[in-house]
Amino acid sequence: MLKIKNINAYYGKVHALKNVSLHLNRGEIVTLIGANGAGKTTLLNTLSAIIPTASGEMVLEGKNIAGLAADRVVSLGLSQVPEGRQVFNPLTVEENLELGAYLRYRMGGQRQEISEDLERMFQMFPRLKERRRQAAGTLSGGEQQMLAIGRALMARPKLLLLDEPSMGLAPLVVQDIFKVIRMLREEEGTSILLVEQNARAALKVADRGYVLETGKVILEGKATELLENKDVQRAYLGRDKKEIWER
Amino acid sequence: MSIWDPDYECMPREEMEQLQLERLQASLNRVYKNVTCYRNKFKELGIVPEDVTSLADLSKLPFTTKEDLRLNYPYGMFAVPLREVVRIHSSSGTTGKPTVVGYTKQDVKVWSNLVARFMTAAGVNHDDVVQIAFGYGLFTGAFGLHYGSEMIGASVIPMGAGNTEKQIMIMQDYRTTALVSTPSYAVTIAERMEKMGIDPKSLCLKVGLFGGEPWSEAMRREIESRLGISATDNYGLSEVIGPGVAGECQCKCGMHISEDAFLAEIIDPDTGKTLPPGSIGELVLTSLTKEAFPMVRYRTRDITSLDYTKCDCGRTTVRMKKTMGRSDDMLIIKGVNVYPSQIEDVLFAVEGCQPHYQLVVDRKGALDTLEIRIEVTENIFFDEMKLQKAFLDNVERRIDSVLGVGAVVKLVEPNSIPRAEGKASRVIDNRKI
Repeated sequence: MLKIKNINAYYGKVHALKNVSLHLNRGEIVTLIGANGAGKTTLLNTLSAIIPTASGEMVLEGKNIAGLAADRVVSLGLSQVPEGRQVFNPLTVEENLELGAYLRYRMGGQRQEISEDLERMFQMFPRLKERRRQAAGTLSGGEQQMLAIGRALMARPKLLLLDEPSMGLAPLVVQDIFKVIRMLREEEGTSILLVEQNARAALKVADRGYVLETGKVILEGKATELLENKDVQRAYLGRDKKEIWER
Repeated sequence: MSIWDPDYECMPREEMEQLQLERLQASLNRVYKNVTCYRNKFKELGIVPEDVTSLADLSKLPFTTKEDLRLNYPYGMFAVPLREVVRIHSSSGTTGKPTVVGYTKQDVKVWSNLVARFMTAAGVNHDDVVQIAFGYGLFTGAFGLHYGSEMIGASVIPMGAGNTEKQIMIMQDYRTTALVSTPSYAVTIAERMEKMGIDPKSLCLKVGLFGGEPWSEAMRREIESRLGISATDNYGLSEVIGPGVAGECQCKCGMHISEDAFLAEIIDPDTGKTLPPGSIGELVLTSLTKEAFPMVRYRTRDITSLDYTKCDCGRTTVRMKKTMGRSDDMLIIKGVNVYPSQIEDVLFAVEGCQPHYQLVVDRKGALDTLEIRIEVTENIFFDEMKLQKAFLDNVERRIDSVLGVGAVVKLVEPNSIPRAEGKASRVIDNRKI
């Protein structure tokens, strides 16, 4: 459903993405792994048009999305959950979720459907329902992450971009977040492009992965194969280390 | 007819090309970073991996030849440290030194899977008993088919080459259903069965997977009718992976190349130019998934053509024709690669000077024979028969140890071997393949 060919992007003079090509099939979870500064977040930001693409092709479900404005990209079915959650702190949980459907609301109502989706989010994330009238800034990190995911889902995306969903969260909360990611795919059939510093956890939940190094893809493969790959183990997994959540 | 890996083997062309581009770019980034030989070759041409933005750009890249492997003997072309290599194989080299290839754990897994694909296409499944009559050892053939069978879940009998009567006995007693060998050895087995008065139809044999040497449609018909089996061809070379590059399905109309793992091109062997689809020329292969021993545009020297039309079996991968010859002087004798230059080296080492010689390759029954004719000179003329005999024995022994194939050495009259203008025609191949 997503096809990228030879994407290049720059931060000022820094060539952050060099000829990156990748694809994602419907219903697939694909993860990008790599060290800090490898270009993972840059790639997500280029896809959602937060930073401009210098050159290359990006096609979502047969429609070109390279060079489009960010709101057009969202309306074509791509939503991003940004790194560090970025919820609107002073607004309530419910308001945050409603904002996720802002484009749908503006483009022709669907009020009934939007409020149904809101209820669906509350079913999916019961914790958010308990706190629906609370200001988002008062939530815990894990709850904020769920809210950020819920907000992205309110746009009814075909493809969800998740940027570092486990960042700064306690191990047990991380476990919850990965449960949510699994559930999204299994129950909702959402396609997900996942960037995660916790490479092992990401590879366990993903179908396939790409390894990025200094803006270039150096490896593509099934997640199970990448878990076994020595380069990946040495660089990103820490060979014998077990995370708390998988003990 | 089942398909082992339908996701890849039946992938629509557009998706396949996207996957190939992604894997090609990743592989080029890896070899540029990790293999000095490739980095230098790229630098000489003033290119970097980022210059490849489409599959067509492949033609900008330098070729890799057997000579490159020899210059980087033994480990110079490896892209991972040796501690990550779990297997080493080798194949004959053009001049003395063999070439060395390595596999990581993942490479062996991928290899097994590629072999499982063509074995499934040939009709093997988990109920089969597979008898492998290839030589185990440094050659890749036996191990490749062995792993492929295990991956499918078939029962493997690792017989090894030779000892025909024992092969037949095991075939009868263990109820072998699939035979893996060179096509000529299959004929040998059929002939021996006839001599022993065994009716091949009384065996459980149903399929034969034959490779390692070129063979004709006539030979296929002969094997199929004599052994009462379905015979398919497969193709591979150890420099690229071993068996597993391509194999026939039951339509028997060309060998399906595993395109998610290898990019195939056809070039003009003289100019190096890429030829349009359908042309006959030299096959050039680029590996897309290999970790330990990646290959960029390896010149196989095998002459063939590629067919992109749809196959009735449902696979969408491109098919290569049976190989039609070589663009160098390599001979394949009993499935072993032999270069005339290797023989020259032996003769030079024994005699101390360049002799005039001729190689005569023939096929007696189904087995290849190699005869080396040497013109008598002062150095190798002996009054005593005993010395003469000792000299010939010595040459034969050395030839056998260098080539891995036995040869008969004969002395002939001075000036009886015709001198050709320019390149001497040293080889007479009387086999009709």
